[in-house]
Amino acid sequence: MKRRLITFWRIIHAGIVNFIRNVTLAVAAMAVMVVTLTIVLFSIITNATFINTIASITNKIDISVFLKDTDTTAQTQQLITRIKKLPNVKAVSYFDKAAALRQYVLQNKGNQQLLAAINETSNPLPATILIKPIDLNKIQDIKNFLGNPDVASLQSDQPSYSGDRKAAIDKITHATDVLRQIGVITVVVFTFICALIIFNTIQMAIFNRREEINIMRLLGASTTYIRGPFIVESVIYGLLSAVFSVLIINSAFLASSNALQASSLGLLDINYANQYFDAHFWQLLTIQLVLGIVLGAVSSTIATRRYLKFKTK
Amino acid sequence: MILLDRVTKKYPRSGGGSALDRISLHVDPKEFVIVIGQSGAGKTTLLRLLTREERPSTGKIIVGGIDYDKLKDKNIPLLRRKIGVVFQDFKLLPNKTVFENVAFALEIVGVSSREIKHTVPKVLEIVNLKGKENSYPRMLSGGERQRVAIARAIVRQPRILIADEPTGNLDPKHAWDVIKVLEKINRYGTTVLLTTHNQDIVNKLKRRVVTIKNGKVVSDRANAGYKS
Repeated sequence: MKRRLITFWRIIHAGIVNFIRNVTLAVAAMAVMVVTLTIVLFSIITNATFINTIASITNKIDISVFLKDTDTTAQTQQLITRIKKLPNVKAVSYFDKAAALRQYVLQNKGNQQLLAAINETSNPLPATILIKPIDLNKIQDIKNFLGNPDVASLQSDQPSYSGDRKAAIDKITHATDVLRQIGVITVVVFTFICALIIFNTIQMAIFNRREEINIMRLLGASTTYIRGPFIVESVIYGLLSAVFSVLIINSAFLASSNALQASSLGLLDINYANQYFDAHFWQLLTIQLVLGIVLGAVSSTIATRRYLKFKTK
Repeated sequence: MILLDRVTKKYPRSGGGSALDRISLHVDPKEFVIVIGQSGAGKTTLLRLLTREERPSTGKIIVGGIDYDKLKDKNIPLLRRKIGVVFQDFKLLPNKTVFENVAFALEIVGVSSREIKHTVPKVLEIVNLKGKENSYPRMLSGGERQRVAIARAIVRQPRILIADEPTGNLDPKHAWDVIKVLEKINRYGTTVLLTTHNQDIVNKLKRRVVTIKNGKVVSDRANAGYKS
């Protein structure tokens, strides 16, 4: 037990000392790792920001159910209760005729002619129930419910989710779905490329020191004793690179808010990205650390394997 | 202590020739054997077989009671810990100091730090490297590097010491210092197998001399000189 502890401590110590003594190689390897990890972090934040943008678009989409003037309050309340019980309904709000008119006037306050025309007639707008769905892709069940004869008989017109508007909503729904998938694929692809580049970098660093491995082998060092310090060294690379990548993104946000005074960059909502980064700082740092450390450890384990093999012929 | 029985080593690209051709050799415990032969005769191949860097094409090797045919890969480090080797090209770890290079041989067998601090300076004194403890190999002369390699090979007090041209880079005075160290540890009971080109050393040592030519043992004589 004591001997194992001594060996463990020696491996850690050798890894740290090697890191310091091979500082040039370490800086070169870490530079590559910092760049790739920063790209991964950037893609995670960008993806989250796009998802937020998509969510705010889809949040604006709702279904309006136009009621008949002859519907009783009891019928309306009963309908609202039934709609609320549907599984894909996030929120239901009700506007009686007067509220619907106030809303309409508010929306068209620039159009004096229209307002004058409205004033001359009695309130032409129907009472309306607004339904916010949870998932736009699963809107069919709400549509089916509204199409039931007993529910349809209470409506003065087709629900808003029909005709031209339906086509538009379907297009947006489809587009947001594709964008979400692209976001996830982008993060996965970047992470994969990052893994390959980091693996290659560490492999190059260890290739430069293959003779050291060979010497240690000839002196009778065990596989763990030779490989251990290389893993420790690569873990230090990963750890520091992860911290640097987070610092770079942090500095980039500071620069964009201070210098650019911009709230968005094309489709990218910088304000939200910044908020997301602040709110998820520790999670993102953890992801980067885990990614850096795991990739460092796995890469060095695989890269040393080739030089640790004994000749079999 | 060392037994080679009709050992042949062929390399796939050597055009059918053998680096070693049915070599048989028996070295007793505590014996001091000098292997001589021209460059390319097969001396280094012989040593590489003994350290299990290479495997023989045919034949049997037993060192310190370990039959190489039955030696599993995972036990090769254990074999190498029993043998001290001075390599012709030193094989020092470039990023470790002189002290650390010698200490490494002890670290891998789990010797305590206190014992390492006690033993390493003594061995460095034997090979006349006192004051060079904190130097890196790149800062040393060829002779000094050679002596670090010797210190590393003897620090574990191995039962078998294999030295491949350990005096190759040394002036006559330092060469004799090295030979004296080898004789000393041989007196303490270590079996020594030495390869050299140095006729003077061979003639003065008056030990068993094995001559290899074209991969074959052409003579094996006790108390022999270089040309006797």
